[in-house]
Amino acid sequence: MQTNTNKTLSRKSIIKLEDIITQFGENRVHDGISFSINKGEIFGLLGGSGSGKSTLLRQMILLQEPTSGLISVLGHNINSLSPSQVEALQLQWGVLFQFGALFSSLSVLENISVTLKEYTQLPLEVINDIAHAKIKMVGLPPHAAWLYPAELSGGMKKRVGLARALAMDPKLLFLDEPTSGLDPASARAFDRLIIELKYMLNLTVVMVTHDLESIEYALDRFIILHDKKILIEGTMDDVHQLQHPALDTFFKTNKH
Amino acid sequence: MTPAKITINNNEINLHVSSSGSWFHDSTGAIYKQLKQFVIPPETQSVTWDFSQIDDLDTSGIMIIIEFMRRFDASRVTFTYTGMKPEHQRMFLFYRKNFIDSQSHTLKKDSFFYSIGQNFVQMLQGFLAFNTFIGINAYQLWLAIRSPSLFRFKATVKHLDTSGLQALPIVGLTSFLVGLVIAYQSAEQLKQFGASIFIVEMVSISVFRELAPMISAIVVAGRSASAYTAEIGIMKITEEIDAMKTMGFEPHRFLVLPRIIALMIAMPLIIFFADMLGIFGGMLIAKGQLGLTFSEFISRLHAEVPIKHILIGLIKAPFFGLVIASIGCFRGFQVTGSTDSIGRYTTISVVNASFWVIAINALISVILTEMGI
Repeated sequence: MQTNTNKTLSRKSIIKLEDIITQFGENRVHDGISFSINKGEIFGLLGGSGSGKSTLLRQMILLQEPTSGLISVLGHNINSLSPSQVEALQLQWGVLFQFGALFSSLSVLENISVTLKEYTQLPLEVINDIAHAKIKMVGLPPHAAWLYPAELSGGMKKRVGLARALAMDPKLLFLDEPTSGLDPASARAFDRLIIELKYMLNLTVVMVTHDLESIEYALDRFIILHDKKILIEGTMDDVHQLQHPALDTFFKTNKH
Repeated sequence: MTPAKITINNNEINLHVSSSGSWFHDSTGAIYKQLKQFVIPPETQSVTWDFSQIDDLDTSGIMIIIEFMRRFDASRVTFTYTGMKPEHQRMFLFYRKNFIDSQSHTLKKDSFFYSIGQNFVQMLQGFLAFNTFIGINAYQLWLAIRSPSLFRFKATVKHLDTSGLQALPIVGLTSFLVGLVIAYQSAEQLKQFGASIFIVEMVSISVFRELAPMISAIVVAGRSASAYTAEIGIMKITEEIDAMKTMGFEPHRFLVLPRIIALMIAMPLIIFFADMLGIFGGMLIAKGQLGLTFSEFISRLHAEVPIKHILIGLIKAPFFGLVIASIGCFRGFQVTGSTDSIGRYTTISVVNASFWVIAINALISVILTEMGI
């Protein structure tokens, strides 16, 4: 653990959470959670159902607010931002929702180019070039551009969602259960895609997942949430060194 | 951030392009325009593009570089680039691998005549599908008549409540206001002819025969046709209808028949209620504007207005109910896939239902008048 902490300090942290407490009525979900995510890593938020990992992700992307605690993303304290700062920050990250959350009235091409059209003054030819390249980049066939979300399979929807999240060239990518609902082969292909994109585009990736293979294969570092606190922060090697009943159930029940 | 800049130096056969700044989407649009206007001199044989001064590069910048590399390629000019930073080069090569020429890859627009033909075929298919839908329901009704235990009484009563009873306040209020307005507008005119007492026939015949049935039907079409489409449409998207089928619950018997029957029963009752409130509205105006008391109004109504006018209004009612409920349910079954289509079909369903209510009313009016009733 000591070496790991040193490594964390030496590298530039891009997201930092300090002493997060989240409470819904009587129910406390997070009780003093602190960790940081470094530039260029694929970081996992793990934990059983109801452990608040999605809540944590939603807090980082400004969809929910913690009861108390500090969150800073890309050097901004996100609890105290003006509306214009919020907008500027939102353009620097991309989010892939669990079921894609594609706009059902727009075609795939329009879904991907919607932010480019809204926030840039680029000529339409360039926007179309960008959108087509993103479609191909995430491994979709060119004709997928003209399809509507209702005509896509679950796996294709996630790929389109990923292309949309990357449309504005964010340096930070949030993924909510990217491989859930995919067959094992597609799930591994999706992991490979994320690793490739991370390398090619210099991304930092934060993902919520409980796909064990994805945890071993794709994640550089992760935290496991248990009983309102962080059970462990580190890598698979750290997990093997720690003995804890909750770890056993988490990794065994997931194996199945 | 320094904006993107590009300068092109022309030395006879060699073009030297140097670029600098942040090639981000906020300034690359201008670069694209600048390069688009640039005409490659005919004597040019080679191009060297120097990237060493570029601080930052995003996809829009890369796309512009690729576009122009392709242009140089097309005019048989050798293209070389220098000084690209390693991380930019990685992204650049990655996007070049994934480049698709969007101008050559466009969606084919259908020709005018093709769209007309396609619309016609779709209308025909819609018509056939509606016939099938009616057929299935008639068959289910036949089955239910043969063994009444198949009929869903409970569901029918529930729809009688939601589509019938709960529609009364709004239908009543609308009809009351219409009766009021009709009486108000005619009172002045009738007074001038000294024919004030005819306000009774004026209001009662128009309300009983046409206005109350039409108003009720249109309000119910807006309320229930949309509700039926949305309810069934959502059940279709969430696969509830498929689940029902696998359990042997025929969706037409469980979902459609109760709605149709309930609305066919409810419509006459709703219209009768609307009749009463419409007349009440007329009575108020007759009293206020023309000094006709309620009892005078009612006795005149008894003496001069035959019961057939009320009956004609009520006879149309089940047809209205049938049309509204079947269109509402039919459109619900047409919903596919996306949440988007729920909105579309709900709109279509209300528009269709209102139109057919008006059309059927007109048809019945003509038939009855021709028959001399």
